[in-house]
Amino acid sequence: MIRVVLPAHLRQLAQCDREISVDAPATQRAVLDAIEHRYPALRGTLRDPATGQRRSFVRFFACEQDLSHELPDAPLPEPVAEGKEPLRVVGAMAGG
Amino acid sequence: MSGVRVLVGTRKGAFVLTSDETRRSWDVSGPHFPGWEVYHVAGSPVDPDRLYASQTSSWFGQVIQRSDDGGRTWEPVGNEFAYASVPGTHQWYDGTPHPWEFARVWHLEPSLTDRDTVFAGVEDAALFRSNDGGATWQEVRGLREHGSGAQWQPGAGGMCTHTIILDPRTTDRMYVAISAAGVFRTDDGGTSWQPVNKGLLSDGIPSPAAEVGHCVHKLAIHPSRPDTLFMQKHWDVMRSDDGADSWEEVSGDLPTDFGFPIAVHAHEPETIYVVPITSDSHHFPPDGKLRVYRSRSGGNAWEALTDGLPQEHCYVNVLRDALAVDSLAECGIYFGTTGGQVYGSADSGDHWAPIVRDLPAVLSVEAQTLS
Repeated sequence: MIRVVLPAHLRQLAQCDREISVDAPATQRAVLDAIEHRYPALRGTLRDPATGQRRSFVRFFACEQDLSHELPDAPLPEPVAEGKEPLRVVGAMAGG
Repeated sequence: MSGVRVLVGTRKGAFVLTSDETRRSWDVSGPHFPGWEVYHVAGSPVDPDRLYASQTSSWFGQVIQRSDDGGRTWEPVGNEFAYASVPGTHQWYDGTPHPWEFARVWHLEPSLTDRDTVFAGVEDAALFRSNDGGATWQEVRGLREHGSGAQWQPGAGGMCTHTIILDPRTTDRMYVAISAAGVFRTDDGGTSWQPVNKGLLSDGIPSPAAEVGHCVHKLAIHPSRPDTLFMQKHWDVMRSDDGADSWEEVSGDLPTDFGFPIAVHAHEPETIYVVPITSDSHHFPPDGKLRVYRSRSGGNAWEALTDGLPQEHCYVNVLRDALAVDSLAECGIYFGTTGGQVYGSADSGDHWAPIVRDLPAVLSVEAQTLS
């Protein structure tokens, strides 16, 4: 199972806990697909529905690394794949 | 017993204000969707407990929420707004071509006859329609594709379809207004559209006969006279008596004719309301005095309504969708400010009182009359 930590705005929308677990291959694309399948309210909130691209102010971190610019099908770090570390979805600090 | 429900969208969530017909004391619920911008909340005229809300975020995109119990509970519905064809380009601020990109829903307009049908005005400017209660959305493509789209430009707030007027006589006729393109009308249910901006004069547009490029801020009609439209333009208050085929200025003796919202009294089709704002560079009321202006003659002659409103040191704005009326026997008027106050009047604007004082900046106000 892949552990995922969601930001407050999305937890409120999906009505879920801070950390969720999804059964998916350990890639960004597969994990996001699984999240959207389990929580349909989150469709379009992480990725632009027209392009499938990560939203500009949505970032992905794990194991103290910024994974936001990794390719969607690149393997996630091993501790994430093994469920030892969560994949953190973060709303970027933006604005003033 | 009758009453009123006021639906308030703010920068940080939605609020529902409810009162009985006296409109003296109010129940306040919210914030709904805390932390999200709520551009608009609107109720179905067919079923007042059916509400739609536009919840949006620069981080997480667009969400449409629906309620079937008057705003006590909500469920997210469809949020995919896909342009019907290759979007093409409109003009950017500097006049260069810019691709059409969906940003958010500014305005929701439920059908007058079917609670599951609702229109959405969006940025970048287009009109969408849902026939299934917001589950799916289809673009009303004739508006964006009728021919002038490549000349549309954004206003300071973005290039948005912010006003949708449904003719109560027929579903064939409707109007939309786009900043900063102007007013458009369809007479065949949305298949074809034409710009209807004759008589609008805007500084900076070289030709006074320009079909598009006008910064229309808001339109309003009275349902008993749907061929008469009132407009708050960037500058100028305007009216049309021929279904927007032509416009004439009725700013008259207003202290300034810049402003955002405009509304019509529920029972007096020639009584209209605006909130004058100093200028496009000073988005606050003249002299620090918050005054609603009322004309009982359909424009030109205006009176200031001040009783109960702050008359010193007031520097808030009232945005285009933040003025509304109820239809109780004595018409109620409501408006929200960028300072987070929602004011109400239960006597057509003669006396005002704050309903709430400290909400986040108010983006929109709608009033539902409950029986």
